Amino acid sequence: MASAAFAVSSPAASAVAARSKARPAYSPPPQLLPILPPGLNISCVTAWWFVDARRCLGEEGARGGRDAAWGSRGRLANYAKNFGRVMMALAVDVSRFEGVPMAPPDPILGVSEAFKADTNDLKLNLGVGAYRTEELQPYVLNVVKKAEKLMLERGENKEYLPIEGLAAFNKATAELLFGADNPVIKQGLVATLQALSGTGSLRLAAAFIQRYFPEAKVIISSPTWGNHKNIFNDARVPWSEYRYYDPKTVGLDFEGMIADIEAAPEGSFVLLHGCAHNPTGIDPTPEQWEKIADVIQEKKHMPFFDVAYQGFASGSLDEDAFSVRLFVKRGMEVFVAQSYSKNLGLYAERIGAINVVCSAPEVADRVKSQLKRLARPMYSNPPIHGAKIVANVVGDPTMFGEWKQEMEQMAGRIKNVRQKLYDSLSAKDKSGKDWSFILRQIGMFSYTGLNKTQSDNMTDKWHVYMTKDGRISLAGLSLAKCDYLADAIIDSFHNVN
Amino acid sequence: MAALSLAASSAIRRRLLLPPRLQAARAMATSLFGHIEPAPKDPILGVTEAFLADPSPDKVNVGVVRAALLSSPLLSSPLFFSPAIAAGAYRDDNGQPVVLDCVREAERRIAGNLNMEYLPMGGSMKMIEESLKLAYGEDSEFIKDKRIAAVQALSGTGACRLFADFQKRFLPDSQIYIPSPTWSNHHNIWRDANVPQKIFTYYHPESRGLDFAGLMNDIKNAPDGSFFLLHACAHNPTGVDPTEEQWREISHQFKVKKHFPFFDMAYQGFASGDPERDAKAIRIFLEDGHQIGCAQSYAKNMGLYGQRAGCLSILCEDEMQAVAVKSQLQQIARPMYSNPPVHGALVVSIILNDPELKSLWLKEVKGMADRIIGVRTALKENLEKLGSPLSWEHITNQIGMFCYSGMTPEQVDRLTNEYHIYMTRNGRISMAGVTTGNVAYLANAIHDVTKPN
Repeated sequence: MASAAFAVSSPAASAVAARSKARPAYSPPPQLLPILPPGLNISCVTAWWFVDARRCLGEEGARGGRDAAWGSRGRLANYAKNFGRVMMALAVDVSRFEGVPMAPPDPILGVSEAFKADTNDLKLNLGVGAYRTEELQPYVLNVVKKAEKLMLERGENKEYLPIEGLAAFNKATAELLFGADNPVIKQGLVATLQALSGTGSLRLAAAFIQRYFPEAKVIISSPTWGNHKNIFNDARVPWSEYRYYDPKTVGLDFEGMIADIEAAPEGSFVLLHGCAHNPTGIDPTPEQWEKIADVIQEKKHMPFFDVAYQGFASGSLDEDAFSVRLFVKRGMEVFVAQSYSKNLGLYAERIGAINVVCSAPEVADRVKSQLKRLARPMYSNPPIHGAKIVANVVGDPTMFGEWKQEMEQMAGRIKNVRQKLYDSLSAKDKSGKDWSFILRQIGMFSYTGLNKTQSDNMTDKWHVYMTKDGRISLAGLSLAKCDYLADAIIDSFHNVN
Repeated sequence: MAALSLAASSAIRRRLLLPPRLQAARAMATSLFGHIEPAPKDPILGVTEAFLADPSPDKVNVGVVRAALLSSPLLSSPLFFSPAIAAGAYRDDNGQPVVLDCVREAERRIAGNLNMEYLPMGGSMKMIEESLKLAYGEDSEFIKDKRIAAVQALSGTGACRLFADFQKRFLPDSQIYIPSPTWSNHHNIWRDANVPQKIFTYYHPESRGLDFAGLMNDIKNAPDGSFFLLHACAHNPTGVDPTEEQWREISHQFKVKKHFPFFDMAYQGFASGDPERDAKAIRIFLEDGHQIGCAQSYAKNMGLYGQRAGCLSILCEDEMQAVAVKSQLQQIARPMYSNPPVHGALVVSIILNDPELKSLWLKEVKGMADRIIGVRTALKENLEKLGSPLSWEHITNQIGMFCYSGMTPEQVDRLTNEYHIYMTRNGRISMAGVTTGNVAYLANAIHDVTKPN
């Protein structure tokens, strides 16, 4: 599935021709002429040289790769003896980026690309987690439009934010998350930095962990959002998984989760989804959260929350913050990454925050200063636009109320769609299978329990685009399409394996 | 936590009101962060923080220049130095931040209209296309041949960081040669990317100009195939640029040594007032057949500072390689921020795509550059009028936002403590913060701290 973002339009042959056009004309030395076809230029010759390396340099030299070919002067001299000084000069003209392979397409964003290419009328995009209206259109919240208009009228400047971001935003975001009257806020225990949405917040925290807790590792749920692994890999923080999803029940493997958290080395970082687990939609119950907090405290682990859906899961900002507030109430030091991509529909504005709850104000100051030091060589200071929108919306009681209403509507639409899907499945599926897990899951996503082959069937036969782990984005589903989707799921589940 | 019943919700609320089991633990527990030191202040942005923290009653609001607010006899002339003197942000002749008219118009067209769906990982294609035209030339063959791997980046910083990470990943044995001095964050960027750094000679303190001989020497002595960071125009912090002839010599030597030039172009248009002219160094290298890397920023030349709009491009062998390299740059961006912010990109692409807006922009950027050139002249003339025995030619020889005054850290400290003038301790003045209203005051202060006793 090639992403359109980097689609290749010209085949290799014309690429060669293009190379010849772009480079100055070159005449090969006479001794090469019998070997070289006409029209080839430097790069082709050098490529041929590498292919030929095996013959000239022997297995060992060739296996050593690029460096072996010209790292050892002896081998190079030997080769040069055969083909003359000119070949040596050719060799060092090879591009430095010769060894750069094509990266694989993104497993999530690639789904949308494939969907776009599909011409079938019945097609349905349940891939990426971006909210759609009942008409399956993207949605800019009215309150966001209002805020932007206000900002435009005020004609504010675009000066650099400080490294830690917009102060008004940082205040608003911490209060939203912990509750404005939470002691940790009143006592100045929270280090908050505006960051580039959830990803950027997670990355700052990961870089901080790598620098200040170099022996520690992170444990992440199995499964989890795909990019979590990329983030910790690129930040060079080792990670392993704890059990989470139980395919037998299409629910939470709570015993496994607790056991694995317990088994992790003391002082591990435990990555938890604050609400609306991505990709499964399965959240622990309040009682289960208590037990999770117990074991984390016992093992002196550090809880690390990814909160990408506050307000979007249940419709209530406070309810969705329950798990985070529980841990904080126990006096634990906690990392929390936030995102406003979904709940304020600000996806491309890249607005979020990393919060670290510390045991004392001066600790929070130190932690904040070091997070800034990590941000500065990444992007200097964060983008202003999204921060201003959030600050304006949250700072004005009317707009804040309007936001809460729109958020309830979005969450409400998803709940309705869940119900309708469940109703359709139960009505149509005569096998007696229990589909109620769909109602127990929460948030934008549902783990259907379909495996890869079955998911492929969904796409190939029914033109329903989803990720291969069986995840569907309910945000991309309308009431009108629930019956069709139910047919597709039933067919894939029962008739394919 | 689906659909909580009323009973369940109240149960939860009750629970939270009860004293939690281990709350007492917080008071006694040592923080896991006990070993974390406070970070040193950023040498540039920290100055702004110091200014803001200055409790002096004579301190006036940032950038505001109103005689009425000044009561101190020390500040008898109607002026004050905003932190713009320190950080490189443009100010108009009233010391106010500027939002360009073309930007306001572009924003008017954006507000409330477009949706905010995620950009692709590589960013806005339109913005990238326009950025490449600016840097490589409107009719560049490299653009036509699709040989340039390019992604939208988080302004200049983000572009440099993507390149540094790319360098680390695919050219792990390489190092980066960085000019001395340079923008301090360059060191942070390549350090955090774990690419070893070396310094090459650049600034000549005695002449406050370019140490060309030293520069060429370092280029010759570096191992073949080294990576060099070059400021395309308006060198930061010195304002000292090579001449066109000198650039040609540098390019030639780079060919001989097969060095890789990475250009940081943060001031295209802002230096001379003419974007084509400011891209001259890059064009020379392209003509000479180099494969270059280039970081572009719209922070200054479009005044988009906080929007973080920029572009990273790498000229490749051919289209296939460009596609591969771009895909890898995206792989680096994905776990850093997933995809870049849309707002600044929209502003840039709307302006550069619309002929009227683009020509308005060109006018405005020339206006900014001209003002800076004007205050440079004024500052030099003022110092000469005051009878300073020192040579201040370098103020007008240097170009762009910054002037390397040649003042020592001690002299800078005196300026701060005695005159409430905030600048970085390397003596770098952001000329953008100088106005016709305050240039005399500044000249007087500089003369006072630099005159021989």
